[in-house]
Amino acid sequence: MPESLIPIYIMGKRYEVPEGLTIMKALEWAGYQLIRGCGCRGGFCGACATVYRVPGNFRLQVGLACQTPVTPHMNLVQMPFFPANKAIYDLDKVGSPLETLLQLYPEITRCLGCNTCTSVCPQKLQPMYYVAAALRGDFARAAELSFDCIMCGLCAARCPAQLAPYNIAIFVRRYYSKHMRPKPKHLIERVAEIRAGRYDQALSELAAASEEELKKLYVNREFEKL
Amino acid sequence: MGYPREMQESIKRLEATRPFRLRQEIPRLTPEEKNRLLEQFHPDFRPDGMRPVRVGPNKGQRMQNELVDLLEAYSRIDPERVDLSHIDYDVDVLVIGGGGGGATAALIAHENGARVLLATKLRLGDSNTIMAEGGIAAATQPNDSPYLHFLDTIGGGRFQNKRELVWALVHDAPLVVEWLKDLGAMFDTHPNGDLVVSFAGGHCRRRVHSCKDLSGMEFMRVIRDELWNKRVEVLEFSPAIELLLDEKDRCAGAILMNLETHEHIIVRARAVILATGGIGRLHPNNFPTTNHYGATADGLVIAYRAGARLLHMDAIQYHPTGAAWPEQMLGQLITEALRGNGAQLVNVHGERFINELETRDVVSSAIIREVRHRKNGVRTPTGMEGVWLDTPLIDILGGEGKLDRMFAGIVHRFREYGIDVHKEPILVFPTQHYQNGGIEIDAEGRTDIPALFAAGEVAGGVQGKNRLGGNSLLDIFVFGRRAGKAAALFAKEVPPPGKLTLEHVRRYHEELAAEGIEKGRVSPLLLPDYTRPEVKQRRYS
Ligand SMILES: Cc1cc2nc3c(=O)[nH]c(=O)nc-3n(C[C@H](O)[C@H](O)[C@H](O)COP(=O)(O)OP(=O)(O)OC[C@H]3O[C@@H](n4cnc5c(N)ncnc54)[C@H](O)[C@@H]3O)c2cc1C
Ligand code: SF4
Ligand code: SF4
Ligand code: FES
Repeated sequence: MPESLIPIYIMGKRYEVPEGLTIMKALEWAGYQLIRGCGCRGGFCGACATVYRVPGNFRLQVGLACQTPVTPHMNLVQMPFFPANKAIYDLDKVGSPLETLLQLYPEITRCLGCNTCTSVCPQKLQPMYYVAAALRGDFARAAELSFDCIMCGLCAARCPAQLAPYNIAIFVRRYYSKHMRPKPKHLIERVAEIRAGRYDQALSELAAASEEELKKLYVNREFEKL
Repeated sequence: MGYPREMQESIKRLEATRPFRLRQEIPRLTPEEKNRLLEQFHPDFRPDGMRPVRVGPNKGQRMQNELVDLLEAYSRIDPERVDLSHIDYDVDVLVIGGGGGGATAALIAHENGARVLLATKLRLGDSNTIMAEGGIAAATQPNDSPYLHFLDTIGGGRFQNKRELVWALVHDAPLVVEWLKDLGAMFDTHPNGDLVVSFAGGHCRRRVHSCKDLSGMEFMRVIRDELWNKRVEVLEFSPAIELLLDEKDRCAGAILMNLETHEHIIVRARAVILATGGIGRLHPNNFPTTNHYGATADGLVIAYRAGARLLHMDAIQYHPTGAAWPEQMLGQLITEALRGNGAQLVNVHGERFINELETRDVVSSAIIREVRHRKNGVRTPTGMEGVWLDTPLIDILGGEGKLDRMFAGIVHRFREYGIDVHKEPILVFPTQHYQNGGIEIDAEGRTDIPALFAAGEVAGGVQGKNRLGGNSLLDIFVFGRRAGKAAALFAKEVPPPGKLTLEHVRRYHEELAAEGIEKGRVSPLLLPDYTRPEVKQRRYS
């Protein structure tokens, strides 16, 4: 299949690459063996944050290299590492939600509500809203709104108030999930049974069974209905 | 964009058969039927896919060609040129690999009082773990028990699993779920707080616990955050390229490489935990893979060179549902949880051909048979073939909104390509997914080499010849915790190692030479090279 090549600029240097490739594959096609800026290659890990401009648009655009297709004359640079503030805390020894949040991330009150973060998030999240929810003490909402965050750092890179929204978010989620959601009863009970050795003997008998016996038990086990 | 016209015609047939399929029950295969299907169609049984390895502890055993290439290769290090008296880090426990298994082991070793260094190849967390969507298996429900989990796991593994490892796996499973919950992982819950569980192939109960479709991400980022909180020392972009032994062949550290400056870093450790994950990026049998960029079998290679035995390295897992369209997503994982929640596999004529909740080896073989042998595949304009995964069934069965609630990532990724998975199916074909075997361990993660532990995908025996969905996230936490604790205790109780040596590398080189294996190929691979041959040829090196 003849490929139609388009020009792109990698850190200002011109390369011709096939149309339709993702930025990541275009980098490799051009001859880069990636070290930084490449992790899962599937949009999960946030390692491949990329900043680019296209002609005719004054705005700086961002995206994940493994998810964003190249377009003609795109001028790009990868930004796989962003130094950001991360508070150190002991989740077992924290005070009330809001008080702890303000202690760990006092800068959160500086949020300007400018929504720059939202315009850059490759996950289409709205960091401004989860930051606001956290600041109201509504951790449930903040946890929900921030759950899909892959911690790529793009919001922090652009935030004029110098917040690292994703680090705030993970604290909020951990706090919420550990201290504000009930521990399931069925889990508590099962863990107690295991600790009391309830299953040890049955398991050891299985582990000692002949392969024939195991096969019989396996074939005859009953399935819960879908 | 969406689906081209030819493909849409097949979608019409799929829609027409839906009412019938909703009532259709496909019985599970008997063990004999399964074996026949595997032998005929599973890629592990392709005669030219494997060959016997000529050197090392598993000499004479057949393994995947791409892996044998790396085992029959020379070290990146010239043992004569490394100054082992210059030690850069001296620690109790060195953990190699920063995925879920390694991060867990590091955290637990730290909690048990060890001075820990974690070295990893990419960023901390860039791993297969972070990509796991479906979730973690554990018998936490009243209608379930570790007993049934044991049976499912060992049957799924074709009864080849090491029994003591399965014992530990299913026994610790609920404890691990509790541990993750206590670390602040946000599991999916019912309104009353009970954990939501789904089916996965080969499990006779619903027992896969999820955090939406970002389960691995959620576990990884929580554990990583905790490692940072505990200030455990982490070296990123510093892969291990060789293990170090002492004169008594006890493991005593490793040589790392700074990926940016290419300098060696020498680490002496009282105990070492290998948690380097899988091999997907070797592309066994030329399959695409779901694995992350760093899944290049490094841990297997360096442990093998140091004398550790590998188990079940002739068993590779091909996940039944890798994306086959659009091209840009080729080989990427389409989570099994979709099938666990009712999505069916359907051929070009709109017919089902296998019970979707059979184990992965069986379902993959059935898809390959359907496409290659029975010619019932759906063809894409670029010549790929696959079968449909009927995702709209999920909302039909589970009520509108279920897809959005549980599978937002899938919905989002396909929408980018103009495909609405609420209304249209997904085209799938098997993709390399998991290394079932690995370095042989015992229930505390110990290997054949004293002071060397292994945990997670790099280790073998837990999953037998075929892993069940949800059992790998479980594996990495169960054995990450066990190895972390055992290594910390070992470091405390056993006197420190003797003098560092690379004698094992010299011996291995001699063995290679004796087999007539020429110098030229070096391993571990560290990173795949996806640049074009034209570029490679013109490189100045
Ligand atoms: C797309 C996908 C979806 C999955 N979904 C599920 C699921 O839903 N449920 C489930 O149970 N399992 C699932 N699995 C399997 C499971 O996620 C993995 O098997 C498991 O997470 C492996 O964990 P690990 O810690 O052993 O390896 P990894 O998480 O892969 O971590 C290995 C780490 O070691 C590093 N490394 C590699 N070489 C070196 C070296 N030489 N030196 C230093 N560091 C090195 C790597 O960069 C990486 O950080 C999935 C896998 C994939 C790929
Ligand atoms: S919220 Fe910030 S760190 Fe998270 S995915 Fe969006 S831009 Fe990236
Ligand atoms: S970019 Fe920063 S200041 Fe602006 S809304 Fe987002 S968090 Fe607030
Ligand atoms: S490489 Fe992981 S998000 Fe792009």
